[in-house]
Amino acid sequence: MIEILHVSKAYAGSGREGVSDLTLTIRQGEFLALIGPSGSGKTTTLNMVNRLVEPDAGTIRIEGRDTREADPVQLRRGIGYVFQEAGLFPHMTVAENIAVTPRLLGWAEARIEARVDELLALIRLDAKAYRDRLPQGLSGGQRQRVALGRALAAKPHILLLDEPFGALDPVTREAVAGDVRDIHQSLGLTTLLVTHDMTEALLLADRIAVMREGTLVQTDTPHELVSRPADSFVAKLIETPRRRARALAKTLAL
Amino acid sequence: MNPSFQEAWALLPDYLGQHVILSVSALILGVAVSVPLGIVAARSKGIGAPLLGLVSVIQTIPGLALLALFYPLLLALSALARNLFGVSFRALGFLPALLALTLYAMLPVLRNLVTALKGLDPAILMAAKGVGMTPRQSLYKVELPLAAPQLLAGIRTATVWVVGITTLSTPIGQTSLGNYIFTGLQTENWVFVLFGCVAAAGLALVLDFLLAVAGQALQARSRRRLALAGLGLAVLIAASLGPGLAQTPARGVVIGAKNFDEQYILADMMADQLGRAGFAVRQKIDLGSTVALRALAASDIDAYVDYTGTLWGDAMHRTDMPGRQSMREQLTSWLASHYGVALMGPLGFENAYVFAMRADRAKALHIRSLADVALHPDLVIGGDFEIFSRPEWRTVAAAYGVSTMRRRQYQPDFLFRAVMSGDADLVSAFSSDGRIARYGLTILADPKEALPPYDAVLLIGPSHAHDPRFLASLRPLIGAIPLALMQQANLMVDRDQDKRTPAETAAWLEEHLRGQQPPRLPD
Repeated sequence: MIEILHVSKAYAGSGREGVSDLTLTIRQGEFLALIGPSGSGKTTTLNMVNRLVEPDAGTIRIEGRDTREADPVQLRRGIGYVFQEAGLFPHMTVAENIAVTPRLLGWAEARIEARVDELLALIRLDAKAYRDRLPQGLSGGQRQRVALGRALAAKPHILLLDEPFGALDPVTREAVAGDVRDIHQSLGLTTLLVTHDMTEALLLADRIAVMREGTLVQTDTPHELVSRPADSFVAKLIETPRRRARALAKTLAL
Repeated sequence: MNPSFQEAWALLPDYLGQHVILSVSALILGVAVSVPLGIVAARSKGIGAPLLGLVSVIQTIPGLALLALFYPLLLALSALARNLFGVSFRALGFLPALLALTLYAMLPVLRNLVTALKGLDPAILMAAKGVGMTPRQSLYKVELPLAAPQLLAGIRTATVWVVGITTLSTPIGQTSLGNYIFTGLQTENWVFVLFGCVAAAGLALVLDFLLAVAGQALQARSRRRLALAGLGLAVLIAASLGPGLAQTPARGVVIGAKNFDEQYILADMMADQLGRAGFAVRQKIDLGSTVALRALAASDIDAYVDYTGTLWGDAMHRTDMPGRQSMREQLTSWLASHYGVALMGPLGFENAYVFAMRADRAKALHIRSLADVALHPDLVIGGDFEIFSRPEWRTVAAAYGVSTMRRRQYQPDFLFRAVMSGDADLVSAFSSDGRIARYGLTILADPKEALPPYDAVLLIGPSHAHDPRFLASLRPLIGAIPLALMQQANLMVDRDQDKRTPAETAAWLEEHLRGQQPPRLPD
């Protein structure tokens, strides 16, 4: 469980997205999507969870423990993180990228090797073909899968995803997103996904938190959000998937 | 085979070995200093910009000047260390060259590293932090490996520069492939000059190639190729150390020579004499003119030949002209009290500054003496690199009113060509130079006696100033070499036809001194 309590972050004079007095709880085993236009503060909120960004005020608790009491480096090693456009280390092979955090934690080599094979199976990449490839030799979808493998290598309970599917083509995107949801389920993770795509949020998440200009507008299940948007801003956000669904239904009905 | 080539070939193990050791040491030191500095500079704006600026400024100092500056600096430091801690170090040769070359190696390494580190994708740095790396882990596991190709490119640039500039360490007493070039320029031995250039360029290419292979091996993660490149470097360094280690001499005595033929011949003679008396003798040739006396005082060398007028002006900073005898006496006591250096005596000839013109031109313009030159204000005077900044020139210029004459400076050997071709109307020359007569030049008279005497005198450093065996073995040279004989000897080395090496000429002179008939040589 992640509890974000009255958290604020301001960036004086820069265009970066701030957050003011935000309170949000992500329940144990929940898949929560944080959605909003750019500049709404969603990535800043995500980054405050593993202290890549330090809040100015407020408290964040993970499994009941204040993150400020933890060493930030240790904290990050215990939380899986998938970056925008993967963020793989270009000088390391697929296996080395996946093994980064276990190595930092000082796992035995044999255990690391076994774990890499496990993860390659989990992310559905053929170990023989891909283990020793460098990231530049992978497709966008494969890179995202490796990034997911790297995030999960040290067996975290929490997974943070920062617009991980943004750069993928629609077919790959759907496949990877589906796998992420399956892995979330099978491993019993608590997952926080940042996205600006309402359709994606509606399809993947247990609950959706809508942000605008650094504050929460509405936090609800996809069904509640669609049936009872809190205001015109949320209504506008769900208008796109609605219109697409209608058009699609029409096409399919013919 | 060309005898010059054979001689050059025989010197190669020594010159190349010392060149490699100096270049590689400077590169290793330069990289070792630059990498931590580069890391700090990339992380702090306050340090980065001024540091890169400073290193760039150092790079603009000409190599020869930077190398030369380190000699007096180290002399002062050595003196300070002796006063404070009772230990001193050698300020000539390896150490100043190493420090100057290290500074040269730094710029490309530092600049490439800083550029590479600053240019890293911020998303990658964020990812390194996000997976739980400490700043140090991020540096070693991510930032430096990603900056490595550019860093290596910087090291390769530095390698080519340093190997080239190492040739300039010859005048501060460090043997290198530059010895071929400096000696070759002096004796117009173009085989030597070319040999030195080709050897230095070849060495630079080989080192660059090995580093390139190492870089590709790192990129391709091929341990075998990396090991191969490492092996190549190791073999090169071992081969260079080989001759040095094999003949690591007890220091023995060191004979110094400035950078012209007469000095080489005289140094070879002194070395022969001392060698026959059982001393282990080495030579340090091509010393800068003012470096030589300081090197003698600091016991970096033990004996060399200097000239009274040079010492009077450069070392004592005197401009008065007390007369030949009195000047030598004053110099003798001043050198002894100041440096513990013994002025053993004159060799018998003078190597004075004179001004010479082509005979036909002098005749046409009715010029016989320096006084006549003032009547032709449009004449061009050629000089070597030091004449116009020397007190002798100021005295001459004031005495004869020629201070506004147009001047050109030449490498000493090109002076004669300049006057023969008409590039210069008159040139400075040295009275013992055999080429004055050979080219049929007219020496202009000095009726006002503005130029001081330049008697060649033998100077002995403090460690051997009172060594009877040492002094006895050099005594046969005192007063033994008249001007005509020295001119002839200089010409044997300088002329284009039937050129002799300084060593052959020294042997010829010694035969002469021993009263035997000198071997017949064609003119």
